[in-house]
Amino acid sequence: MTPALRVLAPGMMTTVQDLGRVGYQHLGVAASGALDPISLRAANALVGNPPGTGALEVAYLGPTVVVDADSVRLAVVGASATIEVLPDETARGGTRYASMRTIRVRRGEVVRIGSFSDGAVLYVAVEGGFAIEPVLDSVSTYIRGGFGGWQGRALAAGDRLPLRRNAASDCDEFRLEGLKLSPPARYRAILGPQSDFFSDGSIKALFDNEYTVRPESDRMGMRLVGHKLDHIRGFNIVSDAIAPGSIQVPGNGQPIVLLADRQTTGGYPKIATVISADLPALGRVRIGGKIAFQQVTIEEAQHLRRQLLNEIDKIRNRIIPLDRNEHDITAELLKYNLISGAVDAHSRA
Amino acid sequence: MPICKVLVAGDTALVVDFGDRVDLQVSAKVLSLARRLNELRIVGVNEIVPTIRSLSIYYEPLNLSTVALQERVLELTQDLQTSEISGRTWQLPVCYDAALAPDLSDVADHSGLSQSQVIELHSGVTYHVYMLGFLPGLAYLGDVPDELALPRRENPRPRIPAGSVGIAANMTCVYPMDTPCGWHLVGRSPVPLWDLSRETGTLLAAGDKVKFKPLSLREYERGLSRARSAVRQVHPAIENAV
Repeated sequence: MTPALRVLAPGMMTTVQDLGRVGYQHLGVAASGALDPISLRAANALVGNPPGTGALEVAYLGPTVVVDADSVRLAVVGASATIEVLPDETARGGTRYASMRTIRVRRGEVVRIGSFSDGAVLYVAVEGGFAIEPVLDSVSTYIRGGFGGWQGRALAAGDRLPLRRNAASDCDEFRLEGLKLSPPARYRAILGPQSDFFSDGSIKALFDNEYTVRPESDRMGMRLVGHKLDHIRGFNIVSDAIAPGSIQVPGNGQPIVLLADRQTTGGYPKIATVISADLPALGRVRIGGKIAFQQVTIEEAQHLRRQLLNEIDKIRNRIIPLDRNEHDITAELLKYNLISGAVDAHSRA
Repeated sequence: MPICKVLVAGDTALVVDFGDRVDLQVSAKVLSLARRLNELRIVGVNEIVPTIRSLSIYYEPLNLSTVALQERVLELTQDLQTSEISGRTWQLPVCYDAALAPDLSDVADHSGLSQSQVIELHSGVTYHVYMLGFLPGLAYLGDVPDELALPRRENPRPRIPAGSVGIAANMTCVYPMDTPCGWHLVGRSPVPLWDLSRETGTLLAAGDKVKFKPLSLREYERGLSRARSAVRQVHPAIENAV
């Protein structure tokens, strides 16, 4: 049998996602991809995968899977949840593990991820990735389109998700140190493209008030409720494209922030657009969570984008062997003024 | 007066807006600019999305400055060759039988026409594909004759079958997949508009022309079984250019 992860329980909504489908929006195909690409990249980096390798995106409640392969190395990054490895399918208890580290799991063992205590999504990356053919250059699941990922849908009990590797590589385990997944105090946004459909008062209200994430939110859009935003020129426009992070305002005046699975085009005016650097953090916000917006200029947004990309570049350097405690060693070595040579010696290339 | 406005849609997209209206001249400009940008392959431009009234340009601002892209776009819009836009022309079979057209009688009532007049009007126009959007392969076709232009249904349907032909305002479309829908359904086509056995999945492209050919219920069912069993072979037979 092909090596696989067999799904015992799918979790609330578990889909395969990568960094998205680029270049097909002109055909009506949503971009899709991870809601939180930072956590996806970090999970992939831990298991030694290229950053855009498809991984499981898990929402709110984790799956339970059994390993149908000699062994698999995996890493969980994102929302906080209990991660357990059980000896077999009948076992009731097992060993608990932290996130942000690699875990080697053997044939017949069960990985169980519980409900989240904070955050909306986490990512489970497996060394080598899943043996899934890309559709239109991506393995991201696009549920509304019915394609990509595992059969174009969320995982279900009984699925066997094929693995590229039958066994984990023979190396020690690693952990990721110092990756900050803290949200910005306010989500930064640039006015437009249709801010002229709103009064100055409504624009001010968007940035002065807190909004709550409604339960109807999904991978397409984060529906918010809060201070009503009034249109001054009607709420229908001739359809134009919807950029990631667009804050569109339909007739009821309650904003919707469009996310990864957003429709490519739409006919509501968009008052502002959340900046690209804040979208991964926005993807982590739970239903019921409260968010506020802050207006920034495009120059500030691009500066923050550069900073974020620099942080992403550094993820690889934050991966260290599991059994070394970087902080303690660094403190020790500082005393002896040996720091520069020591860092190279124990960080993974 | 400039022919377009360049709007900012976040820090990674610009929208070249030619006007908030459904207009063949506007569409010709949008599609002409899309073609120019596709030919130029500007470094830093990731994706170009034409819509009914605008062109969105997704770009990497760290490789291509916003100002440079804005200037380049404005320069390109100075001499757009709108006359060169000529897409393919398709004949799409549609069955208007009441069994597959739940809103045909409503549309007839609202327009004060008979059902056969509605069919005649709807299938008598050569439509322009303004854009693909909203769903994979969903083409927005216009312009529907004013007599048939109705606002959307007050109560959208939670799910309609793929192939359904809808009308709302001056637009019509063939739904490529099952979907929730608020448009008035006046028929159904056996031709799948989204099929991943095609290279990019889509049949139609922005700029194409489409004419509907009425089918009897029996022809529809025959067409459907052929389309389902042998999608590749059937396409050339039922999608002959007019």
